[in-house]
Amino acid sequence: MSAVIARPVPAPAIAPAKGAGPRRAMSTARLKRRLWGIVFSAIAVVVFLVSVFPVYWMINTSLLPNNLIRGPEPHFWPDELTFRNYELVLFGDTRAPFLPALGNSLAVTLLTVMVALLFAFLAALAVTRFRFRGRKAFILTILVIQMIPGEAMIVSTFRVLDSWQLLNTIAGLTLVYVATVLPFTIWTLRGFVNGVPIELEEAAMIDGCTRTQAFWKVTFPLLAPGLVATGVFAFIQAWNEFLLALVVMSRPEMMTLPVWLRTFQQATQTTNWAAIMAGSTLMAIPVIIFFLIVQGRMTSGLVAGAVKG
Amino acid sequence: MALASTAVGTRRRRRGALAPAMLLVPTGVVLLAIIGWPLIQLIIISFQEYGRAQVFGRPPEWVGLQNYIDVLGDPFFWDVLGRSVLFAAANVVLTMVIGTLVALLMMRLHRFFRLLVSVGLLLAWAMPALTAVVVWGWMFDTQYGVINYVLSLLPGVDLIGHSWLIEPLSFFAVATIIITWQSVPFVAFTVYAGLTQVPDEVLEAAQLDGAGAVSRFRLIVFPYLKSIFLVVTILQVIWDLRVFTQIYALQGIGGIREQTSTIGVYIFQTSLGTGDFGAGGAIAVILVIVMMTISLYYVKKSIQEETL
Repeated sequence: MSAVIARPVPAPAIAPAKGAGPRRAMSTARLKRRLWGIVFSAIAVVVFLVSVFPVYWMINTSLLPNNLIRGPEPHFWPDELTFRNYELVLFGDTRAPFLPALGNSLAVTLLTVMVALLFAFLAALAVTRFRFRGRKAFILTILVIQMIPGEAMIVSTFRVLDSWQLLNTIAGLTLVYVATVLPFTIWTLRGFVNGVPIELEEAAMIDGCTRTQAFWKVTFPLLAPGLVATGVFAFIQAWNEFLLALVVMSRPEMMTLPVWLRTFQQATQTTNWAAIMAGSTLMAIPVIIFFLIVQGRMTSGLVAGAVKG
Repeated sequence: MALASTAVGTRRRRRGALAPAMLLVPTGVVLLAIIGWPLIQLIIISFQEYGRAQVFGRPPEWVGLQNYIDVLGDPFFWDVLGRSVLFAAANVVLTMVIGTLVALLMMRLHRFFRLLVSVGLLLAWAMPALTAVVVWGWMFDTQYGVINYVLSLLPGVDLIGHSWLIEPLSFFAVATIIITWQSVPFVAFTVYAGLTQVPDEVLEAAQLDGAGAVSRFRLIVFPYLKSIFLVVTILQVIWDLRVFTQIYALQGIGGIREQTSTIGVYIFQTSLGTGDFGAGGAIAVILVIVMMTISLYYVKKSIQEETL
């Protein structure tokens, strides 16, 4: 920021009005506004193209035969459409097969989502529906844990899992992922539970429900959207995670999809880009779909502290 | 966990003496086992001589602060640290500026174009980091990359066969493009959400008083969104400083490790690559301390929100 403060810059839309007569000024102002509108729309198109192009290029390449891709001129649309690349990735006889990796990824991700949701749900209940000593300390711990970089922890995580014989097991990686996503999951779910007024439960208790009944019959159904959003978040995290999977699942048959994608790239020595793009597409599609479902909640969850402050 | 009921005994408080403890047990156990215990191990190991021999059973030797002294005395460590900080700074500034500009643009757009921009941003945001690197790596490919092809269409430019990743500076330029491309959507959407909260009357009044677009942003919009900007910037700093996947994967496609490692990758290489777990542990502890310091504000802000 410069030191010159509050020198009013003449507004381009208003300035001409001072010189010319009122009617002419109106039309120049309108003309200018329309011109700016066109400029802004053009920039919008550029932003759209830059954002989308890599995604498009991934899909486009995955649908072209590999020999065309290695031609002197790129093909900007799949004019010789083929699904060979997908066949090769899914059923081809490579050193790094796709389907087992997909199986591992699915198992780890789904287990992570279920366990993390259950644990986070219980913890969120504790911190929202009860007042007890250490409650604030617990919430603080959750937030601090979220800030510990996983990169720093890989070595000791590796050693601890090793000592428990959990390396190269679905259970081991699931456990690590549960711990990774729990803080954020608790934090978001806490927000959702807080959103359901306690008075609703109290009313049900006056009508004769026990406290537990009141919770399950009144509050729980209202939490469904929150559980879905939080679950999807955990899904995306676990599905995309690369570093821990690389360290924990070192055996080829235990690879998850991100590790597979990297090995696949090295395994096909002359870099079969078409097949790699097909693999990337297969890996990205579930995430993109799920992401579109919950994106609104993710933004608000991350900056909840800021928006009201 | 101390759970004695507090002095003021409403019905809820007294009844809930044991219940919250039970509810917190599963989370507590997992976090202690997978975060707490390894964290203690990490600190212990950073004070030990711990190499390949120790992995195969020889008892580790206590060396006091030797690992820290070695690491802090190693010029290569400072290279890596300086590189990481510079790289993160460039990414944060670029992401924040472009993100804010896109958010401002979205305010000015008609519905159709705003939707167009939103869809584009969402797609970029949703791409898994690793696939994003792989796709951009393909676009920047030496021989058949679409970027070299398009740039070579310009008169006097021939980039076919040019490698973007072999030279450290252009390696980081590519990494910056990838990371900015993926981080701008979060900033843009968050700032946009904040912008819609700025009251129109204030902006109109300022415009009538002759305030131009720049001073309107500086004097009205920015103060309104200050805390959003702060939190988003801190999150970006944290994410960009600890970047691993993008750099590691890009090195796999064609960079030179020694000249392009950032701190996250360096920890990985020192520990699992070279096998010097003690030094790796020391670097990791330093990184944790740096991260904690930076994120203090974010945590404080979130806690304030909680007590309200």
